[in-house]
Amino acid sequence: MLIRRPSDILPSEITPREVYLNRRQWMAGAAGLGLAAAFPGWTEAAPLSAAKSAFSTDEKLTSREDVTSYNNYYEFGVDKDDPAKNAGTLKTSPWRVKIDGLVSKPQEIGIEDLIKSSTLEERIYRMRCVEGWSMVIPWVGFPLADLIKRAEPLGSAKYVAFETVNRPNEMSGLRSVLPVLDWPYTEGLRLDEAMHPLAILAVGLYGETLPNQNGAPIRLVVPWKYGFKGIKSITRISFVEKQPQTAWNKQAPSEYGFYANVNPNVDHPRWSQATERRIGEGGLFAKRRQTLMFNGYAEQVASLYNGMDLRKYY
Amino acid sequence: MQDRASVQAAKKGFALPQVPKILVYIVGFIPAVWLFYAGITDQLGADPMRTLEQELGEWAFRFLIATLTITPLRQLFSINLLRYRRAIGLLAFYYALLHLTTYLVLDQGLDFAAIGADIVKRPYITIGMATFLILLPLAITSNNAAIRRMGGQAWAKLHKFVYLAAIGAALHFILVVKSWPLEPLIYAAIVAVLLGYRLVRRLGRKAEPRRRPA
Repeated sequence: MLIRRPSDILPSEITPREVYLNRRQWMAGAAGLGLAAAFPGWTEAAPLSAAKSAFSTDEKLTSREDVTSYNNYYEFGVDKDDPAKNAGTLKTSPWRVKIDGLVSKPQEIGIEDLIKSSTLEERIYRMRCVEGWSMVIPWVGFPLADLIKRAEPLGSAKYVAFETVNRPNEMSGLRSVLPVLDWPYTEGLRLDEAMHPLAILAVGLYGETLPNQNGAPIRLVVPWKYGFKGIKSITRISFVEKQPQTAWNKQAPSEYGFYANVNPNVDHPRWSQATERRIGEGGLFAKRRQTLMFNGYAEQVASLYNGMDLRKYY
Repeated sequence: MQDRASVQAAKKGFALPQVPKILVYIVGFIPAVWLFYAGITDQLGADPMRTLEQELGEWAFRFLIATLTITPLRQLFSINLLRYRRAIGLLAFYYALLHLTTYLVLDQGLDFAAIGADIVKRPYITIGMATFLILLPLAITSNNAAIRRMGGQAWAKLHKFVYLAAIGAALHFILVVKSWPLEPLIYAAIVAVLLGYRLVRRLGRKAEPRRRPA
């Protein structure tokens, strides 16, 4: 079969010049009208100062526009552009994070105090979604380990469980007829994973506080795991003895494991995980990239899983 | 049977204004032209390939569903759109072809090892490919010469496979998404109603023997 290389196809071969020039004018007008209606609830972003980190990658950043308009946040709808449209209704201030369970110092911290008392760093991480796409995102946050140390977990604490806020009035997806997930969203890490210096709680991106669609005011970022592990808008962090239930694992246990480490050799049952498309790279004709073991963080994290069968613990 | 029905419908149907069939194709291809244009000019969002692939697939499914509504519209509401059915069916095929081409060329970059693995290992790809293969002979025989060559009955029998294609498309859509979002389920429900209607009608016919014209 003879198929021409896609890059040879010029727009001019498909649409005559005068036709697309005309249409472009018309569309610019339509797009302007659409945009104003599309983001009614955008809250003001506040600047955050953050130190640079040696853990940052120097890969090309995904544009702020793409990072904030292409999101999976099912509490606000299942389409990628739904969160940017709908997440404005979530009130992120005041906000408290409850820390409880097997700790010496259970506590509730207001988000402002938490940010003030933490040393913020910029962490530029690769983010690999379980769906087969990836981004490079400049997060602002602090090591999850810092918060864990404050709470002083007991010896019996083996896992950390996270919970997203559950406010149907403010989260349109929670009011949908067919619940996509068993709300509230829950996630979890083994304590040693949670203590790993790469695991952070992010409170911002691109030097500013998080937009709601990215999980404001505070979310988890674990760069060697699939994106769905990065639970958003966290209200509760519990220290527990047994492996906690996690939202996607409950929904489809054979498809979304507790560990969910990025692994090109272990496919999702319905699609391959060997390659990924980097968002914003090359547009329509972007080539796929090879997915890296532990999303390229193998050197730092592989030892956490020594002796484990990663096919079984996917 | 179909001929008789169409004659009947023509007798009692409304006088819908007739438009040239070419207009159906022209209007039908607007979404495809727009999508390719928007894709090339970077207006399909953060993941243009995925948007193009999904939209082309959805349009194929919409046209496939549209062909299945022609008969019930005629039988239940005496709206006769039969003369446009071939154009709509072919549009479904052309969109399926564009959807498949997007998958092969833009999504997989013609990596035939990966494509082969997908077809064998991924049920939604297997079903998608099978659905396309079902549509292929229907598209090839969507012309008067083929009807003459095959004979009306054999041709009608072959084209009943469109029901299977609709089921394939519904499954393909459900299997490609995470969890159970509403949209693929709505499409599946529409297919279920359209096929269910035919089943009920057939069973009804069997139960009460047809009066034959003298």
